Amino acid sequence: MWIFSNTEEQQMLQESVQKFVYKSYDFDTRNQIIASEKGFSQENWDLFAELGWLTVPFKEDDGGFGGSAVDLAVMMEEFGKAMLVEPFIATAVLAGGVISEQGSAEQKAELLPKIMEGSLQLACAYAEQGSRFNLANIKTSAVVEGDTVVLNGSKTAVLNGSNAEILLVAARESGAATDSEGISVFLVEAASAGVSIQSFANVDGKKSAEISLKDVSVPVSQRLGTSGSALQALQDGVDRATLAVSAEAVGAMESLLHKTVEYSKTRKQFGTAIGTFQALQHRMADMFIECQLARSIVIMAAMKLDGGESALEKTKSVSAAKSRIGRAIQKVGQEAIQIHGGIGMTEELDVGHLFKSVTAAEIMFGNTDYHTQRFASL
Amino acid sequence: MNADFTAEELQFENEVREFLQNDFPAEYREKVDAGIRLSKDELVHWQKILYKKGWAASNWPVEHGGTGWSATEKHIFATEMGLIGAPEPVPFGMKMVAPVLMAYGSDEQKQRFLPDILQSNVWWCQGYSEPNSGSDLASLKTSAVRDGDEYVVNGSKTWNTYGQYADWIFCLVRTDTSVKKQEGISFMLIDMKTPGITLKPIVLLDGHAEVNEVFFDEVRVPANNLIGEENKGWTYAKVLLTHERTNISGVPRGKRRLAALKRLAGNTDDGFGGTMLENSAFKTKLAEVDIELQALEYSELRTLAALSVGKAPGPESSILKIVGTELAQEMDELFVDLAGYNCLPFVPEQFEDGFQGEAVGPGNSAAAALSYFNNRKLSIFGGSNEIQRNIISKAVLGL
Ligand SMILES: Cc1cc2nc3c(=O)[nH]c(=O)nc-3n(C[C@H](O)[C@H](O)[C@H](O)COP(=O)(O)OP(=O)(O)OC[C@H]3O[C@@H](n4cnc5c(N)ncnc54)[C@H](O)[C@@H]3O)c2cc1C
Repeated sequence: MWIFSNTEEQQMLQESVQKFVYKSYDFDTRNQIIASEKGFSQENWDLFAELGWLTVPFKEDDGGFGGSAVDLAVMMEEFGKAMLVEPFIATAVLAGGVISEQGSAEQKAELLPKIMEGSLQLACAYAEQGSRFNLANIKTSAVVEGDTVVLNGSKTAVLNGSNAEILLVAARESGAATDSEGISVFLVEAASAGVSIQSFANVDGKKSAEISLKDVSVPVSQRLGTSGSALQALQDGVDRATLAVSAEAVGAMESLLHKTVEYSKTRKQFGTAIGTFQALQHRMADMFIECQLARSIVIMAAMKLDGGESALEKTKSVSAAKSRIGRAIQKVGQEAIQIHGGIGMTEELDVGHLFKSVTAAEIMFGNTDYHTQRFASL
Repeated sequence: MNADFTAEELQFENEVREFLQNDFPAEYREKVDAGIRLSKDELVHWQKILYKKGWAASNWPVEHGGTGWSATEKHIFATEMGLIGAPEPVPFGMKMVAPVLMAYGSDEQKQRFLPDILQSNVWWCQGYSEPNSGSDLASLKTSAVRDGDEYVVNGSKTWNTYGQYADWIFCLVRTDTSVKKQEGISFMLIDMKTPGITLKPIVLLDGHAEVNEVFFDEVRVPANNLIGEENKGWTYAKVLLTHERTNISGVPRGKRRLAALKRLAGNTDDGFGGTMLENSAFKTKLAEVDIELQALEYSELRTLAALSVGKAPGPESSILKIVGTELAQEMDELFVDLAGYNCLPFVPEQFEDGFQGEAVGPGNSAAAALSYFNNRKLSIFGGSNEIQRNIISKAVLGL
């Protein structure tokens, strides 16, 4: 029998996020957080640690809550509804995930507890100009000289790059630019000589950075795992992050739908609520359908990640989810603005920001076309 | 059927092309290509160049200093302007209020306002929409009450594009509340410097305050700023709306953007050793846009053919508005697609004139998302695309 209802634990997790959002994350507060120096709230981050949220992505072996993808999705959906900008995906899901997969026992023991207790910010620097969404396309070079490694290259779209103390830098030790072998991930202190960071906020309010590495030396011991073997861990980490951002988008779309329907009931033109026009009713019905399909496929992917499927099936289901939610994003986002009319175009109203958030989600970790083609090729 | 230009028309096309190559300032062209907004001064400067050439008012009759061009000549001119990326004259004066002045203004009003519009000495904005009157424009409430030689105006207008630059605003105001809503509206010209007018900028999703709210508090307007008769404003405005709906398909601009997309795709890595121009999904989308643009172009030519034999633009022109705007929005999606991660940074200030800082991302890739957000307006304003579809259902299909 199929059971799609949340477990008691998942329900508690969901309610705890909902309570936090209700109490401490209204739209104005969010705007203030984005405008702040760091672009996220340390106070919130400490609270996330206290509430145990930062342990959710991690396996019990790592001292985490269990690492269930369904748990993660339940939580991300609530984050998405309120457009949380705290670097949960960057630090806990992506960087934490790569360390958990690829790090040595000592590295894990050193770093994972710090992530979970909220005292360490990380960023995973893998994408480069020219790599587009291909994780194996890495030109940043890593040359071993005795006990040190020298890194050269530049990284783009590094989520949380400006707040991270340690960067996980994917670099090539051997092979040609798109080979799957030869890629290693190094732990690089952001303050190291030769690292320059250009920081900015993305269209969804989350902090990101462009990073260049010029003759950056790190001890060889800062490599995660063995030389040239990191691609699989990177891919698994990005797959989990992809699921997380998809679930987040499902939440944001839910908000878009809800707000649009409510607005259409109150906005009057031609002496009647615009929600009474059948032309708009059908469009909102379509938005609802899109939201439901998006949710279904994200649940499917999460269940597969947690289940006994092959690695290939797991990856494929993540691409399926990202591809499908990408289509939903375009439809739901655009219709929400259209049905709001001019007011939907303004910075003042949250609807536009939800639209921008889901637009960013469509691109993060590979856009719709990329994942459709990846699905077809796997 | 024949869609060829005559020898004279071809010669005219050459003349326009040559003029634009030589006289559209290269630095403006670079800015337009880089996605940087032209400033008010630059737009005005460009319009004055057109004025000197005698081509400022392509849609005006000769008697008022216009070109007197045929529908085909106008089409050629608009096409060449669009292809090179030269901005059309700001429409509020030239295309919106001027035709109303010509048709319904007094001689005194024509003399007073038209030359300054033609020479771009005065910047106009459009004061129609109100917070509670968008699609249902006729429900507008901003009131004008006659008091001796003046009207006293109270209320608020919103979404005024470039109101921050405007010297004058043309407004629809309510002068009679006792009749059917369309029959109590008047068309009025108001000096933006009149005491009692305040402007509040509205920042849009791309971070730019392109529109404004305009508040009127006991604003005294000379009665001779009324156009035509009191309470006939709705009729006048409707005439203006049909003018608005010609040349709206944006085909030339679309062609230019399509060419830019192709160039960009050829220069964008697909991540696997090729370019996005070789990516099957992207190629298919490009082709679809290309084909749609051709269908739109020929739809516009068919409309123009009807115009050139003297028919008024009919409700069919709604097709051009709907398809033209939706196609422009699709092109934005393709730019976003190509930019990939590079369109995520939200740094609107780097596309403002005079930006000095260190730019984020290569070229103007970070402008792609901004344009995608901003151009959602295309299907909302100028009569929303839903309203246009209502027009087709009612006026064309008789439903
Ligand atoms: C960037 C921008 C610039 C603008 N510039 C100007 C300007 O310079 N001057 C000016 O006067 N105005 C301007 N406008 C205003 C514009 O004309 C209005 O936004 C437009 O008329 C829609 O009105 P609204 O925003 O109030 O939406 P509403 O009328 O509230 O419409 C909301 C939604 O309901 C739909 N709807 C409404 N009625 C129906 C119906 N009968 N059947 C089906 N669907 C319906 C609409 O299509 C829309 O999707 C601008 C708007 C924008 C966004």
